[in-house]
Amino acid sequence: MNLLLFGLLNIIGILLALVIGAALLTWIERRLLGFWQDRRGPNRVGPFGSLQVVADMIKILFKQDWIPPFADRYVFVLAPAVVMVAGLLGFAVIPVTPSIGIAGNWNIGVLFFLAMASLSVYSVVLAGWASNSKYSLLGGMRAAAQMVTYEVFMGLSLIGVVMLSGSFNLTDIVRAQRNIWFIIPQFIGFIVFLMAGIAETHRLPFDLPEGENELGAGFHTEYSGMKFGMFFIGEYIGILLTAAMITVLFFGGWEGPFLPPILWFMLKLSVFVIFFILLRAALPRPRYDQLMSYGWKVLLPLSLLNVVITGAVMLASGPAG
Amino acid sequence: MLSSIRTLWLTFLHLFHRSETVEYPEQMPYLAPRYRGRIVLSRDPDGAERCVSCYLCAVACPVSCISLQKTEDAGRWYPAYFRINFSRCIFCGFCEEACPTYAIQLTPDFEMSEYERHNLVYEKEDLLISGTGKYPEYSFYNVSGLAIPGKDKGEAEHERPPVDPRTLLP
Repeated sequence: MNLLLFGLLNIIGILLALVIGAALLTWIERRLLGFWQDRRGPNRVGPFGSLQVVADMIKILFKQDWIPPFADRYVFVLAPAVVMVAGLLGFAVIPVTPSIGIAGNWNIGVLFFLAMASLSVYSVVLAGWASNSKYSLLGGMRAAAQMVTYEVFMGLSLIGVVMLSGSFNLTDIVRAQRNIWFIIPQFIGFIVFLMAGIAETHRLPFDLPEGENELGAGFHTEYSGMKFGMFFIGEYIGILLTAAMITVLFFGGWEGPFLPPILWFMLKLSVFVIFFILLRAALPRPRYDQLMSYGWKVLLPLSLLNVVITGAVMLASGPAG
Repeated sequence: MLSSIRTLWLTFLHLFHRSETVEYPEQMPYLAPRYRGRIVLSRDPDGAERCVSCYLCAVACPVSCISLQKTEDAGRWYPAYFRINFSRCIFCGFCEEACPTYAIQLTPDFEMSEYERHNLVYEKEDLLISGTGKYPEYSFYNVSGLAIPGKDKGEAEHERPPVDPRTLLP
């Protein structure tokens, strides 16, 4: 009974923290972008503008929930839900600390994360398809191609980590980094995973599916009100998820001296979230063919090379496997 | 690749720059004296209305937001009414350029929001100010050579008496 209560508390706590954190990120992002562009960002509502989130929420909830008459109604409604569900489910396998985390000790954690990351592609593709408008369709097609490309070596880049730690279990992966963070032996893997993670969350500079200048808003051109809000929050949950995965896989998760584990995790997580926002502030969007050729011709060979080198070093350094 | 990293770093450094924002309601921006804001009708140094209802401003206005009616009083022309619809006005300043008497002037004031649109239609009493605006010395009737009560032709500043065309002498 006590265990059940603890589990429920864990689930509800993480869910609430995620949704609230993702909503707050909209404000944090705008604020940071403001600073990086020598502006102030939203600073009027509440202390430092932090209640801007509430204002935005009230506004977006009271918007007319309009479905275009030419759209495929059911798929159109389903699409934004998929991105939320996939993002939130992906978080289930993240071990925040040894005790906080829903299924952090699951023996196929890495695979589950990859599966959920792939599932969120459906949301974008279905949205683009169901909208029945050319910009949305183009955005959806781009998203599909981009996701399929980057999915491949997102998985491959993690193989090095799995080889070193000898487990798909994320808690074990964190424990294996007690002596040395995996970013040092797995630097190439880290770079590739970072790129793939940005592409998976379709954030700038890889946000071609929603490139404003050429596609209107890409796959969510036809969306408005809270359904658009779901895509928006889903994107931020994606950022949080990717940042959390980077933390767990390459930066030793909750491990760290002096501070309690949860603070270490939050600290590392926020560094990567801020880095994601910095990427948006600084880098322009590549051309679509550049994006694809970069993926297939640079990152895929790089991740394969990483697997080979990791294997060779492990073989040479001792009877590990 | 290296240039991307450099861009990231340079953008990050902007965190420590001062922001360029002028936080408007608390911190008023500087507006140049010739800023094109709210339109006023000015008076000449004697306190009389400068506007002579020549209609040039109404003609020059590209959005036709000025409407006025001429009336005459003791040899002088006045506008009987003078109306500017500020919900139409684009603050281009063409009326100011067209005005031969410096009567219509744009001022550095833009805070004229209203909750109801018809309140943006300014009548003559709303537009008329008590001062001379940007040209403190200028008085149209003192330089134009027109006869008005109390001043005949040729009696104004820098004027000579009019030439009599019927005489042969210079």
